[in-house]
Amino acid sequence: MRIKSNIAVSDSGFIFNPDTGESFTVNPTGALIINQLKEGRELKEIGNDIREKYNVQFVTFEKDFDDFIGLLRNYSLIENA
Amino acid sequence: MPDKKRKLTIAVSGLNAIDSPGPGVAVIRALREAESFDVRIIGLAYESLEPGIFMHDLVDKTYQIPYPSTGIETIFERIEYIHSIEKLDIIIPNFDAELYPLIRLEDKLKEMGIKMFLPTMEQFEERHKVNLNDFGKKYNIKVPKSIVIHEISSVYSLPSEFKYPVVVKGKYYDASVCHNIDQIKTQFNKITAKWGLPVIIQEFIHGTEFNVTGLGDGNGNTISAVPMRKQYITEKGKAWGGISISDKRILDLTDHFLSQTKWRGGFELELMKDKENDFYLLEINPRMPAWIYLSVGVGQNIPEALVRLALDEDVKPFTHYQVGKMFVRYAWDMIVDMEEFQAISTLGEL
Repeated sequence: MRIKSNIAVSDSGFIFNPDTGESFTVNPTGALIINQLKEGRELKEIGNDIREKYNVQFVTFEKDFDDFIGLLRNYSLIENA
Repeated sequence: MPDKKRKLTIAVSGLNAIDSPGPGVAVIRALREAESFDVRIIGLAYESLEPGIFMHDLVDKTYQIPYPSTGIETIFERIEYIHSIEKLDIIIPNFDAELYPLIRLEDKLKEMGIKMFLPTMEQFEERHKVNLNDFGKKYNIKVPKSIVIHEISSVYSLPSEFKYPVVVKGKYYDASVCHNIDQIKTQFNKITAKWGLPVIIQEFIHGTEFNVTGLGDGNGNTISAVPMRKQYITEKGKAWGGISISDKRILDLTDHFLSQTKWRGGFELELMKDKENDFYLLEINPRMPAWIYLSVGVGQNIPEALVRLALDEDVKPFTHYQVGKMFVRYAWDMIVDMEEFQAISTLGEL
């Protein structure tokens, strides 16, 4: 799974989909996840990094992380590799 | 020293830069920025309060013209008079309703030295809202199901494939989403009072609206295509803000439309993408849209290219435009002297 190659993500967390003209804003954690997906990292690796960095419980993290990835999919920002 | 650019006198209608704006002012801005010519702009106005009349930095002189419903001869006589003074090179009409008489006058005006770049009468007619079903079938383009009605009683016998809501549309303008038969009847009466018959009942496609403006050379080639998504929509459904996008499927659909119909002139396609990601063609506007200045902003000056095609020049297709450029419209109060309003109201010239 990866972010579509033409999706632009700024440092401030502004996302622009040039196919649809839709734009979104995400918080720094969201931007981190998206940028790491753009770099080709696996979801599992990204999840482990974030849990380590923010010291969050696994159950809480997994729910939020799945929700976020679901949103990315829903807005057609990701594609299967 | 740079070469002095040739100067063209171009008459432009659609100066009604109001809440549901005509494209004239945007077209003129584009012409003023043309690289291949300078312009003297002659405004053609129907009403004395069309804002473009008073924009003297854009419009050099304005003449009031008769409504298309007054007949071809009346329109021709007025153009003949304006031409006797201004020596027009080009006319760019920006209203659907004035295309019919002007297409019919195209040869006659050409003999006088006035050029236009308009769709043929056949192209103009077959893309009409009332013919959209046949158009879709003929050119293999998905369109919403629609039915044309001439009397209010027909709303009681709509085919069963029409599920609520439906869109009720006027022949030229106006569209409203209706959720029951009473709303259809109200809308039918409202539309017929303003635009006459017939009225079109169209399947409502749930989805996201996209628009594309462009220019066809009349031989099936795409000279320009700029797709846009509306970001801010007024109560009348008009774009008050929009952004250029890169969806290849929209560009392919535009190429298909142009290659199949051999469309001649500027146009706007109104598209809806449904939940299955299929594009439906809702409407074909046979002229440039009010947001045409975005085409200049992204690197494709469509009005300039249209003028060059009208002059029989060889115009190369644009190959690139900037994605992610936005337009944001605004309202602006001009201060106008009473004498100006008086002149356009009484003399029909300013």
